[in-house]
Amino acid sequence: MTIHFNQVYVASRAAVAGPLEAQGPLKDLFDKTYEDAYCNEKSFEKAERAMLYDACDVALRKGGFKLSMMDVAVGGDLINQLTSSHYFARDLQLPFIGMYAACATSSLVIAQAAMWVEYGLAKHALAFTSSHGATAERQFRFPNEYGIQKKETTTTTVSGAGAVVLSNTPSNIKVTAFTAGRIIDWDHSDANDMGLAMAPAAYDTLKRHLADCGTDFDDYDIIATGDLSQLGFSFLMDLLYQDGMNVHNRLHDCGLMIYDVQNQDVFCGGSGCACSMCVSMSKLLNDMEAGIYHRVLVIATGALLSPVAIQQKESIPCIAHAICYERREGI
Amino acid sequence: MEKKRLQETAKKHVPPQHKGKNALIAFICGGTIGALGQCLLYLYMELFAMEEKSALSLVVVTIILATALATGFGVYDKLAQRCGAGLFIPISGFANALSAAALEGRSEGPIYGIGTNMFKLAGSVLTYGIASAFFFGALRFLMFGG
Repeated sequence: MTIHFNQVYVASRAAVAGPLEAQGPLKDLFDKTYEDAYCNEKSFEKAERAMLYDACDVALRKGGFKLSMMDVAVGGDLINQLTSSHYFARDLQLPFIGMYAACATSSLVIAQAAMWVEYGLAKHALAFTSSHGATAERQFRFPNEYGIQKKETTTTTVSGAGAVVLSNTPSNIKVTAFTAGRIIDWDHSDANDMGLAMAPAAYDTLKRHLADCGTDFDDYDIIATGDLSQLGFSFLMDLLYQDGMNVHNRLHDCGLMIYDVQNQDVFCGGSGCACSMCVSMSKLLNDMEAGIYHRVLVIATGALLSPVAIQQKESIPCIAHAICYERREGI
Repeated sequence: MEKKRLQETAKKHVPPQHKGKNALIAFICGGTIGALGQCLLYLYMELFAMEEKSALSLVVVTIILATALATGFGVYDKLAQRCGAGLFIPISGFANALSAAALEGRSEGPIYGIGTNMFKLAGSVLTYGIASAFFFGALRFLMFGG
């Protein structure tokens, strides 16, 4: 199912990132970076909230907005009960919608905010997501300092937050379409290899998006998947190749863009809902604004696993949501 | 989508596991800790004029202390990533499981945080350690009379 938008524009945006991301290839593109994982707070949970605060603050300031000008806020993160988003949003005093789709949350919140704007329910809508390496590690895996040898197939959760203000006032970046993903579960149960698990979901959403819009790879300047890791990315390429599709070097992965996978200690790439959000709000939309890209598709991918279900020998249901941005000339 | 096609394609993209290399590194690291312990044992026996039994306990305590400190300073997990079972199997693995879990629980306070979480990972070692000690102890008593 693809929804098309006619009057949703990116009015302002911001991405902030943690210390590891600040050493990566996109370091100069983030609006703010932090020197340590605590971000001057007492716990990692508070640090994640601080990053959310900064991302939204910068996004509003950059666009010359006040919080009171927002009609709705939509947010999500990886922590149980959407702790980071909810505890952050209590200070906003805005109608708030919390959403969860694991690492695909970024596309989901942007789509939700876009619908409010498209149907005239909101003039300005704020969407944000965050993730933090240490809080995710703690919730989904082991204590941070636990010395277990991690498999080579693991990914590193991006510490960061991104925020975007969508508006019906025209700007040169337009949000044009959203393809809601289906849950794909192909009986993959290795929670240490989520890139591979999520690739079929990205494949499904990508093919359905292209079919719904009647487009091809050639129609996009870049198609960026969320966090498939090196393994999932090559798996996706293989699936597309089997279908005889030529990706023309247009397919990329946000988790492989945010880190220098060869030289940084990040295993197979980046993951987390901040991964696709931070890359979209910095590198991808910057390049659109500069006129390098004209049409960009971001397919955020999420592994909807629960640690309890995994211990009960269940497999990993995965989802991918796609958002399409287009550049408008002459605005 | 056809699960079979996905599963077969996915197999091509799973990287090879370096089991032999990991085992060798673990052997060397574990051996180094063992040799270090032995040196400490002789040192304590010489230095403090101790009996072997009490010096042995002191060696164990030393390794636990060193592990806890390394965990706290954030060094242990990086070492463990390289050494694998070489650090996990000796007492250092157990000490790290306790201290890492305790550190993590710090933000929830001394009772619900540190106290409850401390044995989260090491708990199963204790549970099955105690259960098997009871079982084999009983077996030994019944078969050999103590």
